[in-house]
Amino acid sequence: MQATQPRFKSRQLWQFHGGIHVPDQKAVSNAGKVQPTPCPKILILPLQQHIGAPANPVVKVGDRVLKGQVIAEPRGYVCAPVHASSSGTVIAIEDRPVPHPSGLSAPCVVIETDGQEAWVDLPEPLTDYESLDPAVLRERIRACGVVGMGGASFPTSVKLNPGKDHQIHTLVVNGAECEPYITCDDLLMRERSGDVLQGIRILLHLLGARQCLIGIEDNKPEAIESMRLARAESDIRDRVEIVVIPTLYPSGGEKQLIKVLTGREVPSHGIPAQIGVVCQNVGTTAAVADAVLRGRPLIERYVTVTGRGVAKPCNLNVRVGTPAADLIAQCGGLRRNLRKLVCGGPMMGFEIDNQAIPITKAANCLLALTPAESPDPGPALPCIRCGRCADACPASLLPQQLYWYARAKDLDRVQDYNLFDCIECGCCAHVCPSHIPLVQYYRYAKTESWAREQEKKKADHAKARHAAKLERQERQERERQAKLRSRKEAAKEKPATQGQAAHVVDDPKKAAIEAARQRAAAKKAALAEEGVIPKNTEDLAAAQQQQVAAAQARRRAAGLREPEAKAGPEARDTDQTHQPPQTKATGPKAETASEEQA
Amino acid sequence: MLIAILAIAALAVVMGVLLGYSALRFRVEGDPVADQIEAVLPQTQCAQCGYPGCRPYAEAVAKDDEAINKCVPGGEAVMLALADLLGRDPGEAGGIVEKPKCVAVIDDNECIGCTLCLQACPVDAIMGAAKQLHGIIASECTGCELCLKPCPVECIHMRPIETTVRTWKWPFPASQPARPTETLPQAKAA
Repeated sequence: MQATQPRFKSRQLWQFHGGIHVPDQKAVSNAGKVQPTPCPKILILPLQQHIGAPANPVVKVGDRVLKGQVIAEPRGYVCAPVHASSSGTVIAIEDRPVPHPSGLSAPCVVIETDGQEAWVDLPEPLTDYESLDPAVLRERIRACGVVGMGGASFPTSVKLNPGKDHQIHTLVVNGAECEPYITCDDLLMRERSGDVLQGIRILLHLLGARQCLIGIEDNKPEAIESMRLARAESDIRDRVEIVVIPTLYPSGGEKQLIKVLTGREVPSHGIPAQIGVVCQNVGTTAAVADAVLRGRPLIERYVTVTGRGVAKPCNLNVRVGTPAADLIAQCGGLRRNLRKLVCGGPMMGFEIDNQAIPITKAANCLLALTPAESPDPGPALPCIRCGRCADACPASLLPQQLYWYARAKDLDRVQDYNLFDCIECGCCAHVCPSHIPLVQYYRYAKTESWAREQEKKKADHAKARHAAKLERQERQERERQAKLRSRKEAAKEKPATQGQAAHVVDDPKKAAIEAARQRAAAKKAALAEEGVIPKNTEDLAAAQQQQVAAAQARRRAAGLREPEAKAGPEARDTDQTHQPPQTKATGPKAETASEEQA
Repeated sequence: MLIAILAIAALAVVMGVLLGYSALRFRVEGDPVADQIEAVLPQTQCAQCGYPGCRPYAEAVAKDDEAINKCVPGGEAVMLALADLLGRDPGEAGGIVEKPKCVAVIDDNECIGCTLCLQACPVDAIMGAAKQLHGIIASECTGCELCLKPCPVECIHMRPIETTVRTWKWPFPASQPARPTETLPQAKAA
């Protein structure tokens, strides 16, 4: 140990811009060991405990689930599955309050536990991971629902896939835990240092990185000692270095820690992979070891319950989904003089007013603050342009300018000042002598900008659809007009083409009838030219002539006119009256003809 | 004297020809100001401004100096954007009545399948056919309310879009420090 000490000291450290010294308050909760928690009666598992799309539930109400069983599958690449953290029965899939600054509800799977803790069949441990393809390991890490446990909860499998164009040389493991009060990573490094090292070994293989730097703030001597022992026992001690860094908030920020350890800066709007670095929290590395070496999904985590507003502050090993109220009860309940209950740390956490919210994969701390610990800053005073915020900003931004533009709701200008590089650490608001809630302005501006972007997209989409509708209506109108025109033209052409059209009739029967008609018409016309009115009574048989005579006698008797007296168009009638005897003789159609006559 | 008059006249003629030519040569097609205004408008085509759509309103603002606070779905954000774009005072026409964002829903039991709402929808967000139950594609609906009026059985209602964890926005800080400009006169008076 003594021999290795100088080597660590020899490492050059860099400093990030700004940062503040705040009382660390770690002693409130870091005394004892991590305590196990009894299995809660009810587990509330939010479907979204990570950055990305919510997971898709694959269980139904009434289903029995086992510990470690997948209850929600990932939807999309940037997503993580959710596992049951104890065995029991699904009693509801509904909206429940979740740990979120809005205090809103979100879809959750609610499990009533049976206390049996019956495990599902876990996947095979991948102990020979060094012979496996990184993609197989990533898939295992994804299937076990591992997300970043430092607070942002970005799916780890995505972060471990930086792409072919980024060659990773350094893995940075974040054990800084810079925020006051929180000690869960400290305790994790003390108690599970072996798992952390195993996780690092897996990640080094997976990323193909040369070296690993573990950054730990110097206010955690026990954790540093424990990690050094674990490193000395490990077979990767040549590639792993434990770097003790000075305590300065926010050295645990990803970009800040990389700067301190490597001296390199992550580009604005960029990711660490662009400079060949991947940063993981110590809790995440332990979860990776669980996933790969034991096949265990991420269903438990260490949570710090602290603050002077709680009777017995301590660290607990909590099943994901346990209601916050159970944790507080185990720590002796809240004191009378509580001012506020915070999820997360005092700098970056958010106030919660509902103890029914569950612990998620990202929740590292429940903080009960007394008025003495968190005095009311009073009303905000005007900005006096002192510039202390700019001195404190660890992202080298200009908080004053951001404030003015956010306050004026000038979202374009506020983005010109790199609003989205702000890590919301709260240093600027902490040092502000006017107690201006600066971070709240930035958060407002960020969410408003995202919403505007969405609205803009929606407006463009609506515009396109409206244009498409107008175009369609125009086209339909054009088509209607064209149809109308063609119909009109057809009506005009019809009389002229009728005779010709008759020729093209394809039905041979109709064609024959038409031909006969034309022949008859031609004959008639020829006769008319000669001045002959066709008469078919000339060459009749004697019997027929007698019949005609008799009929005419009957007509006369009835006082009807002589058929011969008729002329012009009525002549046809005359013809018809003489037809029956003729048709009777001509054939089978006679019957119908005589019927018509009758 | 005569030379001066002739010189000025010649100059005037040359300039006039030049101006006339450039007016033809460099004429801008369409109305670029109206285009920019239209880009700001939310494109709901709701006609709540009194014009039949976003484009006509944009043209009216550009040409006839129409008030910039008439876009109801756009709310304060669009009014401020227009004021910024046109260099007008956002307060000149008074405030704007903001409505919560809504989507239309059809009551399944009431719809008679008359297709009148289909024709009214500016973004084709209603599906259906004659004598068939109609349905609204919520993701496409802009909440313009144009389908409410034509419905003969009044079976279309507007439902406010609920805020979820994913769409929630941090509120604008409530406690506002006084503006330095506001406090200055008092300081002077004191």
